Amino acid sequence: MIVYALRRLAAIALILLVICAITFAIFYLLPDDPALDACGKSCTTERLADVRHAMGLDQPVLAQFVSYLTGIFAGRTLGTSGLECAAPCFGYSWQYASPVWDLLLDRLGVSASLAAGAAVLWLVVGVVLGIMAALRKGSLLDRGIVLSALATTSAPVYLIAALLIYFVILQGELLPFPDYQPVLDNPAAWAASLLLPWITLAALYAAMYIRLTRASMIETMAEPYIRTARAKGLPERTVVVKHGLRSTMTPILTIFGIDLGGLLAGAMITETMFGLPGLGKLTFDAIGKSDQPVVLGVTLLAALFITLANLVVDLLYGVIDPRVRYT
Amino acid sequence: MSLLRVDDLSVAFGRVRVVDGVSFTVDRGRTLGIVGESGSGKSVSTLAIMGLLRGASVTGSVTFDGEELVGAPEGRLRSLRGARMSMIFQDPLSSLHPFYTVGEQIAEAYRLHKKASRKAAHERAVEMLGEVGIPAPRRRAREHPHRFSGGMRQRVMIAMALACEPDLLIADEPTTALDVTVQAQILELIQRLQSEYGLGIIMITHDLGVVARIADDVLVMYGGRAAERAASARVFDDPRHPYTQGLLASVPGLGRGIEGSGGGRLRAIPGSPPSPSAFPPGCRFHPRCSVALDICATEQPALLGTVRQVACHREGEM
Repeated sequence: MIVYALRRLAAIALILLVICAITFAIFYLLPDDPALDACGKSCTTERLADVRHAMGLDQPVLAQFVSYLTGIFAGRTLGTSGLECAAPCFGYSWQYASPVWDLLLDRLGVSASLAAGAAVLWLVVGVVLGIMAALRKGSLLDRGIVLSALATTSAPVYLIAALLIYFVILQGELLPFPDYQPVLDNPAAWAASLLLPWITLAALYAAMYIRLTRASMIETMAEPYIRTARAKGLPERTVVVKHGLRSTMTPILTIFGIDLGGLLAGAMITETMFGLPGLGKLTFDAIGKSDQPVVLGVTLLAALFITLANLVVDLLYGVIDPRVRYT
Repeated sequence: MSLLRVDDLSVAFGRVRVVDGVSFTVDRGRTLGIVGESGSGKSVSTLAIMGLLRGASVTGSVTFDGEELVGAPEGRLRSLRGARMSMIFQDPLSSLHPFYTVGEQIAEAYRLHKKASRKAAHERAVEMLGEVGIPAPRRRAREHPHRFSGGMRQRVMIAMALACEPDLLIADEPTTALDVTVQAQILELIQRLQSEYGLGIIMITHDLGVVARIADDVLVMYGGRAAERAASARVFDDPRHPYTQGLLASVPGLGRGIEGSGGGRLRAIPGSPPSPSAFPPGCRFHPRCSVALDICATEQPALLGTVRQVACHREGEM
């Protein structure tokens, strides 16, 4: 299993390198010139050339890529500007006048808080409602749950966010507009600022998890080994919880790993709607200002989280299903 | 008193009646073979006895050791299932839970019904694995089903079914998914355990060879009804229902009681079994019957006789 994990980690490194190269190439091909933005309004041709030189943008693209990669492990000096970027250096944001890595670290806490809280919420709601619907398949309860799930999935996330902001914050005045505080500074303010974003994000995912759990549970309950469990005289609760649930959860775990991994790198719309200073908001702003080093950094971080989450899920499979062998 | 007496049992899913007025008895230490093609209602009948049919309406009477089971509360049925009547199924791999060790799965029913401790139940599981002929039972009890071969898995199923020493074992095509040599071993095992525990057995199969080998009595089902019911020897030596005759004639070496079959060509029954949603009127076998009369298409033949019962309008003249 250790050999398997190491092999997977090597594959992850390769995947990240490819993603890095592709993202880098896309930015190189874009007509946007970061030097032009940095140069300012009264930019002359000579000044632009100086800025380009200072930012290292006059180097060949391959040289820029190699120096970017070296920077991740060894740190580097940016162009001829004399700016030092310590390892791990994911480039320098001229917009924020800060190394990208510092920005990422700064924003990660917000996105992680948002993702973790929402994940707990949607997992509980989605799985519980999904199981209830599956066990009473065809009943009024089942139809109600499936229909609401469908409606929620169809609603865009910004609509849910807008409705919550309007009714809870503006009309109801039940909560102040989110003002994010780190959990260690002020746990109550932390939870208060994240409550609506959690609900927004969880509503979307819970709807998907309801349908997923329902389908998986219905399939499991039709398995011959469930009939065997009933033939043993086990109470229905034991049949469902002990024999049904464990198999039902296997496919859900897969999706959950990928979803959570992706969300750790930021929920762009939710964070932007609620003004939360997370990675999603950072990305949103960076795209608007063609702050390429930041977009590149977030892309790599997202890829890292998703690939690692996948690895964790695959390793967990072996714990849940004894038939899984790592080779 | 019979261990199990089934009287006029009918099972319907919605408006589709898949089992229609079937009766039989099973005594302790005896084996009833229920034979029929897919969709003849043989499995559904036994699932109804166990109370394992969900969403079906079951009518008629099932008395187990003097106690009526049709309409009995679910809790009562549950306390009988796995304790006094058990069931084994056709595909032992999918019938065993892939995530739990075989020891855990055997111990589960024992803990529940005998109120045994985890340790005592595990000991019982090891003992049962040895009993059904699994080598190194203590080690094997800690392994998962996918580590066992097909025959060994069916042995595990049998160990699980018999852990609480039930009175009745329902075996639903227990050897169909197995190699021929393994089939024989499993049948031998079932017979040995039957004489040891005094089990009443219902053996459901479409394999007449299995019935000939272990059944004392035979019930032949067709289209959800009983076609013929008699002692095994009678059915094989002198089958009366045209369907039974057809079945025997289509199996090599078994059709000794039928004209033109011994050593000759095998004969297939023309056509295919009817679907429960579209049973033909009258005798359900008449569209495929070579000796059908006009009356067979309109009137349902009654199951008549004492030592042997046959549901055929031409019974007595053939």
